[in-house]
Amino acid sequence: MFRDVWLIAGKDLRIELRSRVGLNQIVPFAVTVLVLFAFALDTDQEALRTYAPGLFWVTVLLASLLAIGRSFAVDLADGAADRLLLSGIDPIAVFGGKAAAIAIQLVVLEVLLGAGVVLLFDVTVHRYGLLVCAGLAAAAGVATAGTLYGALVAGLGVRETLLPVLLLPVVAPVLIGATRAFQDAFGVAGAEGWAWLGLLAGFAAIYGVFGALSYGALLEEA
Amino acid sequence: MSTATTSSPANRAVVPATTSSRATRVLGWLTLAGFAVLVALAFAWVPEDTRITEQGDVVGQFDAVRLMFVHVPSAILAYTGFGLTFLASLAYLRWRTDWWDIMAHSSAEIGVVFGVLTLVTGSIWGRPTWQTWWEWGDVRLVTALVLVLVFIGYLAVRRIPADAAVKARRSAVIALVGAVNIVIVNRSVDWWENRTLHQESTLLARKIRDETLFTLSFSFAVGMALFAWLLLHRFRTAYLESQIEELEVQEALAERRAEADWADHERGQP
Repeated sequence: MFRDVWLIAGKDLRIELRSRVGLNQIVPFAVTVLVLFAFALDTDQEALRTYAPGLFWVTVLLASLLAIGRSFAVDLADGAADRLLLSGIDPIAVFGGKAAAIAIQLVVLEVLLGAGVVLLFDVTVHRYGLLVCAGLAAAAGVATAGTLYGALVAGLGVRETLLPVLLLPVVAPVLIGATRAFQDAFGVAGAEGWAWLGLLAGFAAIYGVFGALSYGALLEEA
Repeated sequence: MSTATTSSPANRAVVPATTSSRATRVLGWLTLAGFAVLVALAFAWVPEDTRITEQGDVVGQFDAVRLMFVHVPSAILAYTGFGLTFLASLAYLRWRTDWWDIMAHSSAEIGVVFGVLTLVTGSIWGRPTWQTWWEWGDVRLVTALVLVLVFIGYLAVRRIPADAAVKARRSAVIALVGAVNIVIVNRSVDWWENRTLHQESTLLARKIRDETLFTLSFSFAVGMALFAWLLLHRFRTAYLESQIEELEVQEALAERRAEADWADHERGQP
């Protein structure tokens, strides 16, 4: 089971490593969004520092739409999805593998964007443990919900526009929780960061279970 | 759905040309009459909301309180619609019949209409009483907004040109996930900022005048009649749409067959 999860995750990550779409397009896109936020908020360093947690997570969510869309576009090309189905791998493992691959890409993106926020928005980190845990839990939550919704819209002609409409309202709790946890970690607001971490973990767990259970039905007719 | 009745022109009359029936006409007129009575009650009978404080000042919501008779039933109808979509989606995944699929679609549409109406009337009501159109951090407001957004997404999926069975199954899963999501959103907004402006249910607290209570109860009854009327018509429209699709497929098949027969005839073969 876990071998199959890593098989699928490894496949998706190898494709990303070789095609470099993530590195060449999604990361530059995310950094550009950060720069746009700086323009939008004028050169007010204080405002940027205060709102850095929220801006960081909005950027991650926007970039995650691209990563999720990409993950399913790859599977649809050349009938790869059909062969994946014929391979006999348990749909739960396929779901886990795809979600893991997206989560790992998101974590890499978060590290790069985090460096960007520290450098560009002049943020100082007070609690590294909370920062790392919240980053991982939020990536897991966005990846599980994103994989479920990515599969839901895969193969429908208009998936590029449909995915944001469906996914963004659903990941709103992740934005709330992760922003609060980061506010605490950056020391810009006295939020109870560890309690919000619980919400993020719960979100990832709920969507992980829901996605794993319904994935088989969604793969069959895609 | 029967396919045998759709192929020959003589049987086309089997599909009715209207979505109304005697029952819906009666229901429609009753709803309209009820609405007229409701308007009269809400504007003429119910007194404006005023209280006199110990200092002798007159405070209250005055005429704005009459918005209650649109806002509260709208909210209840919106939640009824979404609840029905959830149940119908579950039933569809269990039994896989068109009936449940059409039911889920129809009730979701009505739910979104009343959900938007709830947000708009609530916003208009909030302006004079809370001095704001919108309050972020209010659990009920934000939950209702996200709920409407989730179901607008659901309706977007229903409008995609795709195989009917694929669309029905994915829509059902989206409705179920959306319902789960509403619980998460509600909890997270509650923890996020619990500075609610929205009052608790006045019905349960029994802090309400008799005239207002009667009119509010009456507005629920009118609302439910309206909901039933809309649902019946929407359901029948959706059913007819699916029948038309079936008919078109049958006709296209018949035309292709006729072309093939004509080609055979041209070549002199029977």
